[in-house]
Amino acid sequence: MDLQLIMAAGIAVGTILLFAAIGEILAERAGVINLGVEGMMLIGAVAGYATAVSTSNPWLGVVVAMLAGGLLSLLHAIITITFRADQVVSGLALTFLGTGLARVLGEGLSNAGSISLLPRFSIPVLAHIPILGPIAFTEQSVLVYIGYLLVPTTWYWISHTRPGLNLRSVGEEPAAADALGVDVVATRYRYVVAGGLLAGLAGATITLAVQPGWFGALTVNGRGWIAVGLVIFASWSPFRAAIGAYLFGAVVQLTLAMQLPPTIFGLSNPFFDYHPNTFFLEMLPYALVLLALVAGSREAMRKRIGAPAALGIPYARGERGR
Amino acid sequence: MTAPGRRLPKGGGLPWTLRLEPRLAAPRWLSPALTAGALVLALAISAAILAIVGANPGKVFLHIVSSSLGSAGAISDTLVKSTPLILTGLACSLAFRMRLWNIGAEGQLLLGAWAASAVVLVPLVPAGAPAIVVLPAMLVAGFLGGALWGLIPGLLRTRFGVNEIIATLMLNSIAFAWIQYWVFGPWTEGGFQMSKRFSQEAWLPRLSDLAASIPALRGLTVHGGFLIALVAAGVVWLIVQRSAWGYEIRLIGDNSRAARYAGIRIARNVLLVFAVSGGLAGIAGMAEISGVVHRLQDNFSPGYGYTAIIVAYLAKFHPLRVVPVAILFGGLILAGREIQPSGVPAMIQGIILFCLIASEVFLRYRVGITRRMPAAAGHAGRRG
Repeated sequence: MDLQLIMAAGIAVGTILLFAAIGEILAERAGVINLGVEGMMLIGAVAGYATAVSTSNPWLGVVVAMLAGGLLSLLHAIITITFRADQVVSGLALTFLGTGLARVLGEGLSNAGSISLLPRFSIPVLAHIPILGPIAFTEQSVLVYIGYLLVPTTWYWISHTRPGLNLRSVGEEPAAADALGVDVVATRYRYVVAGGLLAGLAGATITLAVQPGWFGALTVNGRGWIAVGLVIFASWSPFRAAIGAYLFGAVVQLTLAMQLPPTIFGLSNPFFDYHPNTFFLEMLPYALVLLALVAGSREAMRKRIGAPAALGIPYARGERGR
Repeated sequence: MTAPGRRLPKGGGLPWTLRLEPRLAAPRWLSPALTAGALVLALAISAAILAIVGANPGKVFLHIVSSSLGSAGAISDTLVKSTPLILTGLACSLAFRMRLWNIGAEGQLLLGAWAASAVVLVPLVPAGAPAIVVLPAMLVAGFLGGALWGLIPGLLRTRFGVNEIIATLMLNSIAFAWIQYWVFGPWTEGGFQMSKRFSQEAWLPRLSDLAASIPALRGLTVHGGFLIALVAAGVVWLIVQRSAWGYEIRLIGDNSRAARYAGIRIARNVLLVFAVSGGLAGIAGMAEISGVVHRLQDNFSPGYGYTAIIVAYLAKFHPLRVVPVAILFGGLILAGREIQPSGVPAMIQGIILFCLIASEVFLRYRVGITRRMPAAAGHAGRRG
């Protein structure tokens, strides 16, 4: 097992979760839970892949994927912000719709042949940093590097800019924000759609960069839900989301790598000797999310940091939240 | 305009604005009318999408109707598919009524099926025991398996404040891998992803078992699980609508703060509801392997536990309404097996759910569209 390779692959796989989690952070910071991440990622994955297959332009695929995810999230925005319906149920509906629609649109795509993927390259100077260089800056997809840039950008935007302040105020105290002249409805629309664009990008990251191909609903395989869990673990902070996403990616890659060698540290490998044992490895990432949530919520209780105060509550001027 | 219409802050650049006024009371006919309207709209949207992707919507819908209701055999098969949907739909309804989002019916169903299989395959009852011993043992095991799996997210929520939606979804994935371990590993039949076939004592009786004396029943696959599901619907109805415990569940669902002030122990109810909800889904798993597949395999559920969410929602969390709604969706799943593209049933389900929640806005609000006039003075808004 080459740990460096595993970590590098973990970062690539983690980038998928990173985009989706950052998108969800933006929506939730505005006070809207969107549980439809899985569906938006699938739609993004299929739209990006289909575009790349038919135009052989992966960049166009990325754009279409983001638009598809954004369009789906717009539906959620209309239902939950304008119609003030339950955000949980609408998000579930979005997952059903996105999953079904993606499977309908993806019919026959699984044997579309090979496509040209997004470019991979090394960063000149950074690639020579010991340990970190080969893991993080060598032969990674361009989307991985975009992910690195997105984390500090989002953090700065949320914490240190005027629009970011408006975003937080809408998620914490919409009535006060409204009184100060912030357009609550428009702000929420904007960030829900931004979340959709990023979920679409996460889908494109799968099919156009990290794990190319279309495998129906298995293409995303529950990672949208893991991203939603990651947001809670990250206490709505982009940096913590990044740590969680990359760690999670590394663990997933590790569980895959552990199935291959006949021996590990000189001991016979139970996952090689008896194939059914590998199903316990498959459980591990999901169990890890549960553990992370337990740890995250304990810490949140201790430090008294919590979800945005207005999360999940529709806003209507002059009405008290439900 | 006399009513104080609450305007949305902004309607974008559109020439009209949407106005929502809270309703104090909705007329009785409105709720069923809206549900029917939402269903019709959902089918229309689905048809449009099918036409766009190049399928023939008329043919698809005709196929759904004929292969789910076209003959006695088809109706019987629909009831078979509806059996796990009734039970998981009840599981979701019970939890959702308390605003406890148990999305884990699928995993609880799998664990129920696993526990019921363990009764036969370990075996937990002596081999060769009569059906009258084996079947009740499987039923109890199925309930316990699902209930224990349901208690995990319950405990995670009450002890650690972990969101139950994420927890139950993660547990669904873990449950699936758990089933795979057993059907590929200890219980495998020659390396295939299935256990050996159960002996006849572990089969729920079918209508066709009576074909020797009543020839008309030949080929009808409806099994005892359907009766169990109907009984369960009655029991859950009694619990929710007629018992003191059900009153607590409804009170927590309607206003958890008031419930807490009334001295109702929320945590205890979360655990109890999760256990019973999981147990109902576990029975669904037991009924499916004992009544239909007669062995444990890894892919016997086409996502019953997820469709159950829509069933519960369409039934408005009412236990008795779950039954007809589940039969409707049972037909959709049955017909969906042969529909190409294969994602169509899931897509239709999603559109139905969307139309339903969108329609509810008309129940809670009077919705009006106001035209934006250049001169704002003295114009009256049209009511929709």
